[in-house]
Amino acid sequence: MKLRKNIAISESGFVFDASTGDSFSLNEPGKEIMELMARGSTNEEITKWITSRYDINQESFERYLEDFTGMLRQYQLLEPDDDFPGSTDS
Amino acid sequence: MEKTKLTVAVTGLNNTDNPGPGVPVIRSLRESSFFDVRIIGLAYENLEPGIYMKDIVDKAYLIPYPSSGQDALMNRIREINERENVDVLIPNFDAELYTFMKSEKQLEEIGIRSFLPTLQQFEERHKTNLPAFGEKYDIKVPASKAITSHRDIASLRDDFEYPVLVKGKFYDAYLAYNEEQVNMHYNKISAKWGLPIIIQEFIKGTEVNVVALGDGEGNTIGAVPMRKQYITDKGKAWGGITLSDEKMLDITRKLIRNTRWRGGMELEMIKTINNEYYMIKINPRIPAWVYLAVGAGQNIPEALLKLALGMDVTPFTKYQTGKMFIRYSYDLIGDIGNFEKISVLGEL
Repeated sequence: MKLRKNIAISESGFVFDASTGDSFSLNEPGKEIMELMARGSTNEEITKWITSRYDINQESFERYLEDFTGMLRQYQLLEPDDDFPGSTDS
Repeated sequence: MEKTKLTVAVTGLNNTDNPGPGVPVIRSLRESSFFDVRIIGLAYENLEPGIYMKDIVDKAYLIPYPSSGQDALMNRIREINERENVDVLIPNFDAELYTFMKSEKQLEEIGIRSFLPTLQQFEERHKTNLPAFGEKYDIKVPASKAITSHRDIASLRDDFEYPVLVKGKFYDAYLAYNEEQVNMHYNKISAKWGLPIIIQEFIKGTEVNVVALGDGEGNTIGAVPMRKQYITDKGKAWGGITLSDEKMLDITRKLIRNTRWRGGMELEMIKTINNEYYMIKINPRIPAWVYLAVGAGQNIPEALLKLALGMDVTPFTKYQTGKMFIRYSYDLIGDIGNFEKISVLGEL
């Protein structure tokens, strides 16, 4: 999955979608995840990074990541993803 | 570089919760690096706030409503011009544009220039003509129908699914979920703005707008897209943000190219969840939020002034995304003597 272009993430975790004018606030792990997505990291790489830095096991984090990416899709912050059957970005 | 001195007459000084574009247009002109403007404010009502804003207008005059007739309005403009020697007039109300467009030649004869859409451009983009306009210029528009009688309301269900938008000829739009609500809005709007009433298909999505300027030759001189972030109960933007949206700009450029639009304009569109754009309204004038475009790097009123004077204008190629505006209310303290002057003498 890939963040849409025109999405800006600031140091403070403030996210701005320049094509819709929407803005969001993220906590620190949320910011790190989105920054990794912006760099093109895979789910596995994101999971490895976060579980190495925070006190959370892989299974729990994968569940949270799925929720989080679902929310990003809902807000149309991700590029269309053909592998995801519920994608609304197409 | 020495600035060119210019006297500019501007209407739309009603900087209220339903703001006219006059004050933001004047602010934009005052920030021009090219012109040194003397501003003549033209007001229809003696309590239009712009009259009393000393840094905004240099001199204000009351003028008669266009409904008093073209002659009455033009006589007053001539009278003002004899004293002020106006170079350019920028009208900012939909309801007065027709009169000023019809008088463009007469204005030129007395040395007042303007840069307005042609009568054909003005007429064909009318809300009542929007479906034909969409077809002619290949632009998506919601289905709409102009009605002139209560009798037409019952048959709306043949053409529309509820909810529908009930709109006035110039202003006002309400959502109606059934015939009774259409009836209610019909009465309210027709009492205020007359007939016809426009019934429009309701397109679900986000409202987005563009302020743009066409040179009358098919070129887009400037265009800035915006989304309202804070909307008043009158549906007016109280806050907004510039967007980076190439599709909106493409639609704008195409429309200006095909219509050879002359003058300022505001495009109101609905962006659906499927990223489709429906044109819901084309305002044939600069909108009240134009100062956001100036803040984002495109001084559209200044460019309009140059076009009115027949100067070559290089189109703007960029603007800043994420520029925001937030309106505020502010109490001006005035003196009854000023109110007396504008009320009795018609000038301040």
